[in-house]
Amino acid sequence: VCIHLVRSCSSVRSVKSKYVCVPDKPALSFSHQQRFFRTSAVSCGQIVQFKLSDIGEGITEVTVKEWYIKEGDSVSQFDSICEVQSDKASVTITSRYDGVIRKLHYSLDEIAYVGKPLVDIEIDASKGVTSQEDVVETPPMSHEEHTHQEIKGHKTLATPAVRRLAMENNIKLSEVIGTGKDNRILKEDILNYLAKQTGAILPPSPKAEIISPVPKAESVPAGPVDKARKAPVPLARPVVVAGKDKTEPVTGFQKAMVKTMSAALKIPHFGYCDEVDLTQLVQLREEMKPLAQARGVKLSFMPFFIKAASLGLLQYPILNASLDESCQNVTYKASHNIGVAMDTEQGLIVPNVKNVQACSVFEIASELNRLQTLGSAGQLGTNDLTGGTFTLSNIGTIGGTYAKAVILPPEVAIGALGKIQVLPRFNEKGEVFAAQLMSVSWSADHRVIDGATMARFSNLWKSYLENPASMLLDLK
Amino acid sequence: MVLQSSLKNCLQLSCILRTPKAGFRSTTTGDLIIQSISNDVYQNLAVEDWIHDHMNLENRRVLFLWRNSPAVVIGRHQNPWQECNLRLLRQKNIKLARRRSGGGTVYHDLGNINLTFFTNRKKYERMENLKLVVKALKALCPQLDVRVTDRYDILLDGQYKISGTAAKLGRTTAYHHCTLLCNADKSVLSSVLKSPYRGLKSNATPSVPASVKNLFEEDSGLTCEMLLDAIAEEYAAQHQIDHCITLINPADETVLPGINNKTKELQTWEWVYGKTPKFSISTCFNLVYEDSVLDVKVDMEVKHGRIEVCNIDLPEQWLPPALCSELVKSLTGTKLCPNEITTLTTTLLRVCPQDDELHSRWNLLCENMVMLM
Repeated sequence: VCIHLVRSCSSVRSVKSKYVCVPDKPALSFSHQQRFFRTSAVSCGQIVQFKLSDIGEGITEVTVKEWYIKEGDSVSQFDSICEVQSDKASVTITSRYDGVIRKLHYSLDEIAYVGKPLVDIEIDASKGVTSQEDVVETPPMSHEEHTHQEIKGHKTLATPAVRRLAMENNIKLSEVIGTGKDNRILKEDILNYLAKQTGAILPPSPKAEIISPVPKAESVPAGPVDKARKAPVPLARPVVVAGKDKTEPVTGFQKAMVKTMSAALKIPHFGYCDEVDLTQLVQLREEMKPLAQARGVKLSFMPFFIKAASLGLLQYPILNASLDESCQNVTYKASHNIGVAMDTEQGLIVPNVKNVQACSVFEIASELNRLQTLGSAGQLGTNDLTGGTFTLSNIGTIGGTYAKAVILPPEVAIGALGKIQVLPRFNEKGEVFAAQLMSVSWSADHRVIDGATMARFSNLWKSYLENPASMLLDLK
Repeated sequence: MVLQSSLKNCLQLSCILRTPKAGFRSTTTGDLIIQSISNDVYQNLAVEDWIHDHMNLENRRVLFLWRNSPAVVIGRHQNPWQECNLRLLRQKNIKLARRRSGGGTVYHDLGNINLTFFTNRKKYERMENLKLVVKALKALCPQLDVRVTDRYDILLDGQYKISGTAAKLGRTTAYHHCTLLCNADKSVLSSVLKSPYRGLKSNATPSVPASVKNLFEEDSGLTCEMLLDAIAEEYAAQHQIDHCITLINPADETVLPGINNKTKELQTWEWVYGKTPKFSISTCFNLVYEDSVLDVKVDMEVKHGRIEVCNIDLPEQWLPPALCSELVKSLTGTKLCPNEITTLTTTLLRVCPQDDELHSRWNLLCENMVMLM
């Protein structure tokens, strides 16, 4: 009599196909068949229904609020599976098994019942479940079952497979350093422990050696100094980067920057750079700082740079203009709304100071303070962020000297200011003196601005800053 | 200032003030009463996380006492837009935090005390904890009419809520925490806990509003320090330990390794706003432009705090259709965050036709959109 055991992959208990030809001894063949059934069931992935355990306080039903896994994901024992809520209590349900999630019995916001199946997990066959009892449906997980995981009063986490390995090798789990999540002991830890005892050379572990001072629960497990890892391995191990590539969609503000910068690319830029001697301005600012402070305003260099730029724009209004999309018309803007590039958490934002041509240096400083406060609080309004006509970017506060700034449409010019450095320079008498120098890099739209105009504007701006008293003559 | 006097009180009232040693878990083996020296809601919530994740509570219980500077704390599965006035929070610089336990939204300030009872999973028992609090209150003020309801609230005079409860259960540990109103600012409380956002449809856990009262109103001699001390004393008595409060610093990595990461995580946008269950906004507003009033209808679906789907219904030709679809496309995938939307929409103006009229219409529309957040 031939007995066929047919393979059915999709059924709950999948068994290997086996054609058994058994002599005509019914009792023997029957027990033979049973035995085969059992062993073959264990060696394949067996699907187990993981039931919702007792929450306590007599609660029988909960609402599923969040799934941490989806069908097809692999889970390890103690990984979080889902978050359920019952009467102001939020409960994290963790997995009892290592395996693959095959079915979620509830969708979000559905009511789940204690004692009923929550998820189906296909037990990882290679991990070798120790006994049939562990695999088959069990009564709702009670807290007592966790105690068998603990050895001598302190928690030692390890899967049954790892425990068996330790037992077979006469290793006390309490003596092994666990490198898995929550310091659980992994198979590799047992092997390393063994290697340490016997001095064996182990094949290189796939994890990179990262030794961190702080034990982390979630990230790459850090092993404390483990002699086994540093055991004589003559070959140079390939450096395996433990991190993973991370792809994120471009959204929100970044998307807008993509559009703006792509449009800016269409503008034919030309650059013009120079060096400005701020020695006198540095002194002036030192004198003015306490005066401004007394009026409740923090005075930086920017208000001077901005006001000087506005004075320059009065002479060279083409730099404060806008070219329309079809390049048919140039609009000379009456207001000097000078934008100041600000670095925030989100990235580069450019609020502007309105009507600089009508503002004093102090008023500009005050307005800058306001914009900076709002900027760092993430509370700038539409009015502050629109209507700019000319931009200055003080990249020097972070660092750098010369830069190639990108014009922000619909403007036609931008200035990038480098950091102030003390450098040796020669004066008219040929003597060396310490000069406070700042480099400036202008970019302008070559369709409507020519090099000469840019150069003359820059010279004028520079002269105002190198000799601040000269600004007095032209202040309105 | 308040913290200093609290420390002083601890010195006067309790016997010994232990400074925590490194490796917090390894100090004593008995039950423990600890108090945070910080008033930062994120740091204190991180301490709860830390104890829950790292402390062995198999054979010991812990009482954690903490207070926060003004903050609104929402439950794990709640929707901040539904629960509070986010605009007002930003204006008044009141922090918003999402805790890991369930339950509803509360307002914390220094006139409110927080108590967290840590136990192992088996010993999770909220009624017992609240009865302990009531016993302590009655010992302090025998004439107080306070009792625990079956919703785990504590009521004063049978009608005013003075304490709310929430809990978190993990694999092996559990905690139950509750608030206690001593002298909180009730007017700020009621104004921030009122959501101005209309048209929200969500499965998030809703809060149950209740009339509140401060214990201070019953007995003007009561202070937070007195309440904390009374509760600590009762806990010590019931758990047969010394009435000693161990102070902990939630920024100290040597005592609480890994705590700063937990604090950081609690402050991320992804946790505070991004953990909001999927919801939809269906609302309309009026645009007042020059001499006319226009009706605008907005429908949005928000998932993980980001706009998944967006639909804006404008009167025809008020804005060129290309521009409208550009706005909708840009909003899709963006965080439901006023700052993000403002910077996005103002930056987009740079690549729009340079027409003053167009720009002012666009700005008006975008400003109103931002009001929805």
